[in-house]
Amino acid sequence: MTDTQALSAPIANVARPARRSQWRTAYFGTPGNALVTLVCGGVILLLAKFALGWLFLNAVFDGGAEACKQSSGACWPFLADKLRYMLFGFYPFEEQWRPLVALSLFLGSCGLSMIPRVWGRGLLLAWVIGILPLLYVLMAGGVFGLTAVPTSKWGGLPLSFMLSFVGLAFALPLGIGLALARASHLPAIRVLGVGFIELVRGVPLISILFMAAVMLPLFMPDGVTIDKLLRAQVAIILFAAAYIAEIVRGGLQDVPSGQFEAGRALGLHYWQVMFKIVLPQALKKVIPALVGLFIAFFQDTTLVTIIGLLDFLDTVRTALRDPDWQGIAVLEGYVFAAAIYFLFSALMGVYSRFLERHFNTSYR
Amino acid sequence: MKRKFLALCAATAALMVGATAAQSATLDTVKARGKLICGVSLSTPGFAAADDKGRMQGFDADICRSIAAAVFGDPDKVDFVLTNINTRFQALQSGEIDVLSRQTTATFSRETSLGIDFGPTVFYDGQGLLVPKSLGVASAKELTDAAICTLPGTTTSQNLTDFFRTIGGKFELVVFESPDENRAAFYSGRCEAISSDRSDLASIRAVANNPDDYVLLPETISKEPLAPAVRQNDSNWRDIVSWSVWMLMAAEEKGITQANVDEMLKSEDPEVQRMLGGADELGKMLGLDNKWGYNVIKSVGNYAEVFDRNLGEKTKLGMTRGPNTQWNAGGLLYAPPVR
Repeated sequence: MTDTQALSAPIANVARPARRSQWRTAYFGTPGNALVTLVCGGVILLLAKFALGWLFLNAVFDGGAEACKQSSGACWPFLADKLRYMLFGFYPFEEQWRPLVALSLFLGSCGLSMIPRVWGRGLLLAWVIGILPLLYVLMAGGVFGLTAVPTSKWGGLPLSFMLSFVGLAFALPLGIGLALARASHLPAIRVLGVGFIELVRGVPLISILFMAAVMLPLFMPDGVTIDKLLRAQVAIILFAAAYIAEIVRGGLQDVPSGQFEAGRALGLHYWQVMFKIVLPQALKKVIPALVGLFIAFFQDTTLVTIIGLLDFLDTVRTALRDPDWQGIAVLEGYVFAAAIYFLFSALMGVYSRFLERHFNTSYR
Repeated sequence: MKRKFLALCAATAALMVGATAAQSATLDTVKARGKLICGVSLSTPGFAAADDKGRMQGFDADICRSIAAAVFGDPDKVDFVLTNINTRFQALQSGEIDVLSRQTTATFSRETSLGIDFGPTVFYDGQGLLVPKSLGVASAKELTDAAICTLPGTTTSQNLTDFFRTIGGKFELVVFESPDENRAAFYSGRCEAISSDRSDLASIRAVANNPDDYVLLPETISKEPLAPAVRQNDSNWRDIVSWSVWMLMAAEEKGITQANVDEMLKSEDPEVQRMLGGADELGKMLGLDNKWGYNVIKSVGNYAEVFDRNLGEKTKLGMTRGPNTQWNAGGLLYAPPVR
């Protein structure tokens, strides 16, 4: 992003016609360029025509499965019928305002927390003692006259968000701790850090989830069961932490050792040096890599289906199996899921570039 | 590979659990909790799948509801836990669920080595073959060198191999990882036949563009008795599950339906009286309310009603009763006498 800024600065100063001629040279400068432009333009137009036709012109907006079977376009009644199931899964129908409120509250708070001006200890405190407990109460109920909803009924989009974002929120500090442990001069701590990171990174997420879901309960005493969702959540946290640790370690190594030594020479304690001098510099550098990992994890949480939790992609997938709609609305479901995943992944990407510019890492 | 690994894990886990001692009485746990926890399939329309309102519907789900009705007198006092092929037995062993009602075939090795007991068979299924009518085949024995689509899984392909070995024929196996791909390949003519449980084939045929283009071959090449399962060494709980199921079958045999159950309370038939709690105290013997049988039938109906509602010919799946008819009508459903 910073590159395009550098590029666009001189262009802005040039008069308009010059800009237009620049476009012309870029797209139609040589016969070869002209050909490429025409072919690409044609393909884009064809795709747009198809998309328009499928999404709107030939689409079915009213009626049921039969109407959809006759038509070649999208089948919107399917989405309308299945929307609440796809979003909230098996959450009791009458109570679905609760996950809706929780989801809006969560997204709203996330949006607010993205603004640099509100960052600080107060925000962290608000999340830990305010927002997260409130979200949990909304989802689980059992107090303030809300009916209790067991976690086995949670599903859909709130579950996806919970597993990925709550997972990453807890994994980040743990990952930083592991990175520090790995870089530590104390052998015992270093060995523990290296051991944990390599062990977890050497195993696929799917098998860690499976261990958490299948093996763990067997080691518990009779009658003691840990909530399945909690087990999956902890597995994801541990898994993500190992990867975050390696990314953060990369950032730590990039900070010149003089910074650390200078801090110690000033009489600062290890933790003070780390938190005030080294980590801020290290973390800034690894923002793109961290966001890449976050996006990957947001999508990877869909693996929880292996242990019988229904995340958003799975509610979509199971909705498609309804015999009333089978073979009729396959694409619609997946397009809807893709749109949701794309929206949030793209938002994270945009925010990552904003953060880079905010910290101005390229020009430090 | 992944599947094998998971299966291995499950087997190891099962062995370890098999060794543990009997757990506390399930009925007490369920009563104290106020809810039955029932393990069902993630999504198999007709057996267990969500409706538009996210409510679990299907044959397996109704078996759960009948047990909940027997215990609590309320079919809605049940929480459904989604289990898949890899985790279903473990969920039962670890106490996460009270009963597994998930299209599970009762077999010798499962019953003996997994630390579980099977209840009565609720659905007699079997592996069959579906072919396009245009193939002009009337029996599986006429299939020679056919490409057959199946899902991965050792038993499905093993049964095919065994079958074709006995008739001295050859076939080519075409395996697809996902059910949707498997069906699409069959519809598009990638393979001449598709093999799966007959209940599954019925739904594959039902959702085809033109169901009449396909024909289900008469051969059943394996026995798949689907039954609910409970943890072993809890005789009382197993009795409750078994008799909730048998109550559905006995009700059909005696002509008791959801609609006429209140009238039947006045029946002169002593067995009907015992079933509905009018005579003797059979409920007490199970540790349940004496009206448990009445509650089961009032809540979900008899076996025929449960079948017709979820799988029968009026549904999209359009299954015929087949072997799942009463013994006195030539079927396999045979509830022991209630006395």
